Amino acid sequence: MWEYTDKVKEHFINPKNVGEVKGADGVGNVGSLACGDALKLTIKIDKNDIITDAKFKTFGCASAIASSSVLTEMLKGMPLKEAKHITNDDIAQALGGLPKEKMHCSVMGREALEAAIADYTGAILPMAQGEVVCDCFGITDLEVIRAVKENNLRSVEEITNFTKAGGGCGKCEDTLRSLLVKTVEDLPASKEEPAKQKRMTTLQKIKKIEEVLEREIKPTLKKDGGSIELIDVDGDFVTVSLRGACSGCHSSQTTLKEYVEKKLREQVLDTLIVEEEK
Amino acid sequence: MQCNTDNVVYMDNNATTRIAPEVVDAMMPFLTDCYGNPSSMHTFGGQVGHAIEQARSSVANLLGADANEIVFTSCGTESDSTAILSALQTYPEKRHIVTTRVEHPAVKSLCENLDNLTGHKHRVTWLKVEADGTLDMEQYKESLSDDTAIVSVMWANNETGVIFPVKEMAQIAKERGILFHTDGVQAVGKIPMNLRDTKIDFLSMSGHKLHAPKGVGVLYVAKGTPFIPFLNGGHQEHGRRGGTENVASIVGLGTACDLAAANMEEENTRVRALRDKLEQGLLSSVPKSLLNGNKENRLPNTSNISFEYVEGEAILLHMNQYNICASSGSACTSGSLEPSHVLRAMGVPFTAAHGSIRFSLSTYNTEEDVDFVVEKMPAIIANLREMSPFWEE
Repeated sequence: MWEYTDKVKEHFINPKNVGEVKGADGVGNVGSLACGDALKLTIKIDKNDIITDAKFKTFGCASAIASSSVLTEMLKGMPLKEAKHITNDDIAQALGGLPKEKMHCSVMGREALEAAIADYTGAILPMAQGEVVCDCFGITDLEVIRAVKENNLRSVEEITNFTKAGGGCGKCEDTLRSLLVKTVEDLPASKEEPAKQKRMTTLQKIKKIEEVLEREIKPTLKKDGGSIELIDVDGDFVTVSLRGACSGCHSSQTTLKEYVEKKLREQVLDTLIVEEEK
Repeated sequence: MQCNTDNVVYMDNNATTRIAPEVVDAMMPFLTDCYGNPSSMHTFGGQVGHAIEQARSSVANLLGADANEIVFTSCGTESDSTAILSALQTYPEKRHIVTTRVEHPAVKSLCENLDNLTGHKHRVTWLKVEADGTLDMEQYKESLSDDTAIVSVMWANNETGVIFPVKEMAQIAKERGILFHTDGVQAVGKIPMNLRDTKIDFLSMSGHKLHAPKGVGVLYVAKGTPFIPFLNGGHQEHGRRGGTENVASIVGLGTACDLAAANMEEENTRVRALRDKLEQGLLSSVPKSLLNGNKENRLPNTSNISFEYVEGEAILLHMNQYNICASSGSACTSGSLEPSHVLRAMGVPFTAAHGSIRFSLSTYNTEEDVDFVVEKMPAIIANLREMSPFWEE
């Protein structure tokens, strides 16, 4: 059972603004039946570029319906130029948060809004111009890159949670990983914290990683009957294999991200991305 | 913790069942005074061993097997893994497995991960199913080869209730000298079986699907079938499964099997009639709803219905408002992004797969339960359809 906030439940059980605005100025259609969720957003805009009305029709789960409902509430009375800046995070925040596997529902809300605004202004949707990387859900590279940048995504799993890309047949996983690597490399270095760690060679990285694994991580995992082994280091991507009680363990992803990756980032390089060997 | 069952309409019995009050009564002494270890030399422990043997006879009786063919395990999943891995160790030179595309994850994931587990490369044939969820027997026959170590085919599917011809399939496997395992978790207790009459080598069952507690299962190992244990340890279960026995649950399972044997007739008449009434009620009152799976060849308690153009999780959460419990094959409820692998294997269109709901009844369901669900569902579906961009009256 998903842990939904009261706000999500409220918007799901009693959704606001269901339907279609008559004589809509902007219509945004995203998703499809095959994908498992779809949203049609219709908005009315007055001569001062204020959104006076917004309605939705949604096919999807509770969080998809709640995201659509809360979005229409946010939009009503909002100047268009402000609406352009609504992000998926704003939608999720308005609901008091969403389970991470459901973040794509907030992304769908945002995309429907962009589509509706583009329909009104006559602009071409930039995201649709990208190249489709995930055939199952029709997700373009531009959508993936934006989600990575805006939400600070650091793994293929997170990309799937936010965009659904890679959640079907999984064939695009490698493409997503290379998009991730490329995007993360392209990200401007944080201004507040100029690179305090100097560039390391791969050999240096491997040595340092092994050292931390032996000294700190292995002894801790051993307490739970598990172990870990370093398989490969490719750029910032560290591939490991969980052994013993850790392998196949439900919380192994948590162990990997919350503990192993955190430790390695602290002690080796703060851009490292730890993934389990497939 | 308190769980209020007063207004709960429970139609999710393929997920788990209520522990029968008779089962609880039978278990209580083993949770209180009778705490001895059945392996002990003293009478205080030894008497507990007798209770286990009695339970073993009850299980054997329900399955139509001999008591010494029954091995108690911790769950259905353990039984599945034990059987399949035993066969692969028995024939290390054989690297082929035949199973179906609609198995429970307990078998499906195991087969997908065999290479990692055994360190050998394996070839898995995933048998197709027809649109009504039944198997193509020709494909089955063609799939068998000298390299096949084991066939694993579920007796009945957990999502649709469709029953597979395992007796016939086991016979075919036997003629080729191939071991045959069946995941009987959903079938045991719901349809009569007599394993003595079959060539089935292994059968897995689970306690909590037939009104016994969670955490106890059974692996049937036919006499003469080569067997290599999964859990090595003490001499429990005649050396076939190490680990101190889960005494209270095993005793509970014995009682549950006695009840199931006694209720078999009722399950196939009264429960079946309730299921049929529910199914007809829903299909006739909700437009664009359709049945998934073969209507005839099916467990008496299961009905899997798709409500087109709406999504399963949303349906379930609305049902939850009325304390109606069921399951869905939609993507959103599984935590993955794709709908049920069973419905996809059957080629159920996306318009329907996402909106599938599985109702699974038990002997505890009543006429009132069915009437209540048939009364509430049409409005739930209509309400969600009104919200759906794909729905047009």
